[in-house]
Amino acid sequence: MRLCLILRRKNLMYICHLIFKMNHKKMKGLKIIVLAKQVPDTRNVGKDAMKADGTVNRAALPAIFNPEDLNALELALRVKDNNPDASITIITMGPGRAAEIIREAMYRGADKGYVVTDRKFAGSDTLATSYALSLAIKKLAPYHLVIAGRQAIDGDTAQVGPQVAEKLGIPQITYAEEITSLKKGEISVKRRLERGVETVASSMPVVITAHSSAPECRSRHAKYTIKYKHARSLSELQDTSEDYLQLQKDRPYLLIEEWSVEDVGADVQQLGLSGSPTKVKKIENVIFTAKESKVLSATDKDIEGLMKELIENHTIG
Amino acid sequence: MHNIFVYCEIEDGQVAEVSLELLSKGRSLANRLKCKLEAVVIGSDIKGIEKQIFPFGADVVHIADDNRLYPYLTLPHAAIVRGLFEDEKPQIGLFGASSVGRDLAPRIASALKCGLTADCTSLEIGDHTENKTQKEYKDLLYQIRPAFGGNIIATIINPETRPQLATVREGVMKKEHVSSDHKGIVKNIDPSKWLKDEDFAIRIIERHIESRKVNIKNAGIIVAGGYGVGSKENFRLLYDLAAVLGGEVAGSRAAVDGGFIEHERQVGQTGVTVRPKLYIACGISGQIQHRAGMDQSAIIISVNNDPHAPINQIADYTIIGDITEIIPKMIKFYQKNTK
Repeated sequence: MRLCLILRRKNLMYICHLIFKMNHKKMKGLKIIVLAKQVPDTRNVGKDAMKADGTVNRAALPAIFNPEDLNALELALRVKDNNPDASITIITMGPGRAAEIIREAMYRGADKGYVVTDRKFAGSDTLATSYALSLAIKKLAPYHLVIAGRQAIDGDTAQVGPQVAEKLGIPQITYAEEITSLKKGEISVKRRLERGVETVASSMPVVITAHSSAPECRSRHAKYTIKYKHARSLSELQDTSEDYLQLQKDRPYLLIEEWSVEDVGADVQQLGLSGSPTKVKKIENVIFTAKESKVLSATDKDIEGLMKELIENHTIG
Repeated sequence: MHNIFVYCEIEDGQVAEVSLELLSKGRSLANRLKCKLEAVVIGSDIKGIEKQIFPFGADVVHIADDNRLYPYLTLPHAAIVRGLFEDEKPQIGLFGASSVGRDLAPRIASALKCGLTADCTSLEIGDHTENKTQKEYKDLLYQIRPAFGGNIIATIINPETRPQLATVREGVMKKEHVSSDHKGIVKNIDPSKWLKDEDFAIRIIERHIESRKVNIKNAGIIVAGGYGVGSKENFRLLYDLAAVLGGEVAGSRAAVDGGFIEHERQVGQTGVTVRPKLYIACGISGQIQHRAGMDQSAIIISVNNDPHAPINQIADYTIIGDITEIIPKMIKFYQKNTK
């Protein structure tokens, strides 16, 4: 049949159309997993969060969506803008209340979310964390993209992304600023390096970590905010008197699933303190100690005096 | 066996500054542990690279020279370092906390199931007794870094796993030339031993690296601004003052995140560490990560409208008030009193 086909203009256009549809079809069902973490807001430690001895009262810090994970979510949402059939699944690991950031991601356009939560995960360092996350990701296979923030502001290690990639046995593209193209199983990504930029192409699946210079995350979408307003995890349901069970039965998308150690099939030895090669030997609270400091005002006299002093002792001039 | 390995980054045929600094630190740790210091260099067209490395005290340089290995790609470099570490079993592995090192080291740590500490500000050798078991560990690497947004300083150890891996930012360790005559052994690596086709799943399409223009690390006078400067326009004042004093302009992370100044001018734990003779901190609150990058400055002046800003406590002089009023006055009275 194909041999008999005469390539008249009309046919050619039809074939082009078919090829286009095929490419499009390839991207259909594109599955994106976004890794996110709820973190204490360590950037703005106000006076309320300071204890009398000058140390930080961590419990007083608000819990927020880790900033670069929002950049990661935006990269995923932009892929979905161009591929409406794509789905975005968000995974977070942490205490039950971390479901808050899943809901937040849903308000902005994520489709589904899982909280990997279990007391046995407590005390995990980046290696144990990436082990647990990689198992959760494998449960969702096949997937095409795993996008995470470069680093979380409570640790600033930037290790979990690459370690998840290694555990999954797939490539990694760190410090992503923009996904420049995505077609036929190949993705191109612009990376922000210390002193420049680099664009790389990779096969999929691949782990991408988003740099803070990637576009800021869009705000909540009214439609999704209404749709997912009542999304809850099981542990959240226990704390509420409202009858969510019936609601979730009618609308299954409102359930934020929780995965335990057994659910992801993890070996307990590789989790928590026993699965973490790094141990904290010592923690010193930073105490702001005063040093002899001359306090000056903005008056001409004070500033002229200071400049003269600096010139005289050859610090400047 | 059980030596200290330093992964040396290559930029245009030159060993990166951060790698030379790590070699110097590695040398002093090796002396303390009475072991050897070994360097790993992976790149293309790097014949003779050992000449740049031996003066910093390396006893052995492992070289993988292959035209597919430059510019840096995660998977092939990770495969080679992993293979080498499995064969050589180092006790310590050090990487620059750079775009390259922070991409590579976690991948290695995951593959070898060993511990890694990012952005250490100090590395020491010490012992440890496990509380529960009373088991004693001798000569561990203490990996010291600020954590939790800089509100705590943590000492991290890896009692059981080897190698003990750490990354360190440029400028944190001091580069020390041992001797121009210091000679070691060159060991050439055959990369094909460890490389697979899949390691080239990523290819570089385009690369644009700016040359090192800004050099705040070696500046004698630094005028730095924080979020409190308020705007990119107000930062012009800092540039004016720096130009008059013959200094450079720098910023805190908050100023960089706020878009007031470019990242290459960032001072602090996640930026550059500086030790100028004069550091003028304008509108910088002084979180520990920032202070970690500048507290060695000879004289610190804080210009801040908050008398309780933490930076004031390490400042030699604190000027309370608005920077838009104070900086022009500093320029004016400097010019008036110098000729």
